[in-house]
Amino acid sequence: MEKSKKKRNHPLDGLLRTDRIPHIWCAGCGIGTVFSSCLVAMQGSGIDLQKTVMVSGIGCSGRAAGYVKLDSYHTTHGRAIPFATGMKLANPNLNVVVFSGDGDLFAIGGNHFIHAARRNVDLTVICVNNLNYGMTGGQAAATTPSLAKTTTTPMGNPEQPFNLPLLAFASGASYVARWTILHTRDLTKSIEEALLRKGFSFIEVLAPCPTGYGRRNREAPLETLKLYQERTITKNGAHPVDVHLDIHRGITVGKFHEEDRPTCVEMYDRTCRPSFSVETA
Amino acid sequence: MKPAVLTGEHFITGDIACAEGALAAGCLFFAGYPITPATEIAEHMSSRLPDVGGTFIQMEDEIAAMAAVLGASCAGVKSMTATSGPGFSLMMENLGLGICTETPCVVVNVQRAGPSTGLPTLGAQGDMMQARWGSHGHYEIIALAPDSPQELFHQTITAFNLSEIYRVPVLVMTDEVTGHLSERVVIPEASKIPLRSRPRPTGRKDRYKPFQPGPDGVPPMAIAGEGYGIHVTGLTHDERGYPVMTAEAQADMLRRLTEKIRRNVRDIVLTESYRLEDADVAVVSYGVSARSSLAAVDEAREMGIRAGLLRLITVWPFPEEEIRALARKVRALVTVEINLGQVHLEVERCCGGRVPAFLVGNAGGTVIPPESILEVFKSI
Repeated sequence: MEKSKKKRNHPLDGLLRTDRIPHIWCAGCGIGTVFSSCLVAMQGSGIDLQKTVMVSGIGCSGRAAGYVKLDSYHTTHGRAIPFATGMKLANPNLNVVVFSGDGDLFAIGGNHFIHAARRNVDLTVICVNNLNYGMTGGQAAATTPSLAKTTTTPMGNPEQPFNLPLLAFASGASYVARWTILHTRDLTKSIEEALLRKGFSFIEVLAPCPTGYGRRNREAPLETLKLYQERTITKNGAHPVDVHLDIHRGITVGKFHEEDRPTCVEMYDRTCRPSFSVETA
Repeated sequence: MKPAVLTGEHFITGDIACAEGALAAGCLFFAGYPITPATEIAEHMSSRLPDVGGTFIQMEDEIAAMAAVLGASCAGVKSMTATSGPGFSLMMENLGLGICTETPCVVVNVQRAGPSTGLPTLGAQGDMMQARWGSHGHYEIIALAPDSPQELFHQTITAFNLSEIYRVPVLVMTDEVTGHLSERVVIPEASKIPLRSRPRPTGRKDRYKPFQPGPDGVPPMAIAGEGYGIHVTGLTHDERGYPVMTAEAQADMLRRLTEKIRRNVRDIVLTESYRLEDADVAVVSYGVSARSSLAAVDEAREMGIRAGLLRLITVWPFPEEEIRALARKVRALVTVEINLGQVHLEVERCCGGRVPAFLVGNAGGTVIPPESILEVFKSI
């Protein structure tokens, strides 16, 4: 008993379901870093955490909802965004954060992503991009670089990946940023900004997946981080057309886009039910 | 602006009656996607929900519509969607999430003929087994089959009440004919419409377990933003809502999800008997086919055939007791439905070989003419 009293608590313990630790993430995985940045941002932003909800889809990143000590919903594959949309529209006073992976948000969930961005639903969407499907053992995703090897592209990926910030921007997202897990301060600040602003905010975070992606593409865990260190160029305000994600040409990170435009709920109130205000919801 | 309950007499279609039933039940959120012959429900909700401070959203597809309906319900709002065959297929994925996470909501299927795109503008009852088993895994569900615009109004309210009481998605399995049929619909005063709400947690928040059942087998439901800090997942979970990847946890969860419906079957199941007291041949039917059946029963009686009708208002859970009781009373059972034998399989099962069970069905696209039912009566 004496010993446990002396045990120092982690500063994020209040936001963690400590009874669910250890987590399922592999050694060298980057999701935990993004998750912890997200929790630090939540704490730091001063938002009402009782009114803050995390919604996830399926996959390694999708497990985040199971570890956060907030109201959290672990939904179906690709459907975190439409679930979150329903939640936000039904109670606009909630802060709704979608935390999921690239396979979930951009392959099976791609259609939902572009439409939520178009509608400017007031959501903070954090995408951990590890360039492949981790949970199922390293298959090609809509983000896998051309020629990269995965279990379903054993000769190399014949397809082109999405440029996620460009897709988000073109779809109408009102905040677009990309960081890597090496940029934790920038990332945390970015998530905090996204939480405090209105509208559809999208943050892509590059994260290593040594178990799924790294070992098939000759990237030892530390090498991926080294790539992030050596090949990233921070260009805040860069046009999303110009933000490369290419180990040869470089990886552009930064906050690329921010604009204020009315949210989905604001437009609905204005257009369809002017006599009901959001505040009374 | 109109009130939620439009008390009075109306001459409206089944689709509109359904939407008005939803509003009368307290529905404040509709997410949908245009599809014939259910579009009018979405259209009507888009103009009526703002009257009551509710929200309508047209989603990018039916997968998203169903997901949004669940999200809204978890945020504490009574929510629904309406669709037809192809959209119903797309909703199966998140219907399963709703069942697993015990999220109340209503899904209306205005059935048209399938498979695939089929006959978009013509009615059928071919999705009855999909309603029962369409999402993967084993589960219990509630499905109602109204036979008129008036009943679409009432049964949509019942669907909301049942979904709230049992924390389960409830399906309203109507059809194109009923959905597009204009008839007199009487909407009662709001005070005469009994409404139910989901069980809510009481007691200390830190001791609350989101999936610990109450005495009736249904867990009280905390909603997002209330401070309970709940975790809800479509993975197999324990009473805390935490994922547990074992056969034992799966058995426990499924036992509870199925028993909360099975052990309340008597309170859930609704049927209507017509001229069954002295019948020696009984029709079992539902929805628009029950109307053909009723006409056939009356004609048969005039011809001296002692026919009767058991109309299923609840199709799932299946009214097994009622069918078994009938099978002990009559010489033969005849199932009438617009498909090639779906509910018929259940009727046959409940007959247990005691009496013969006949099917009067068709492939869809037209209602069953009473004459074809009469022919079967005569042959028995």
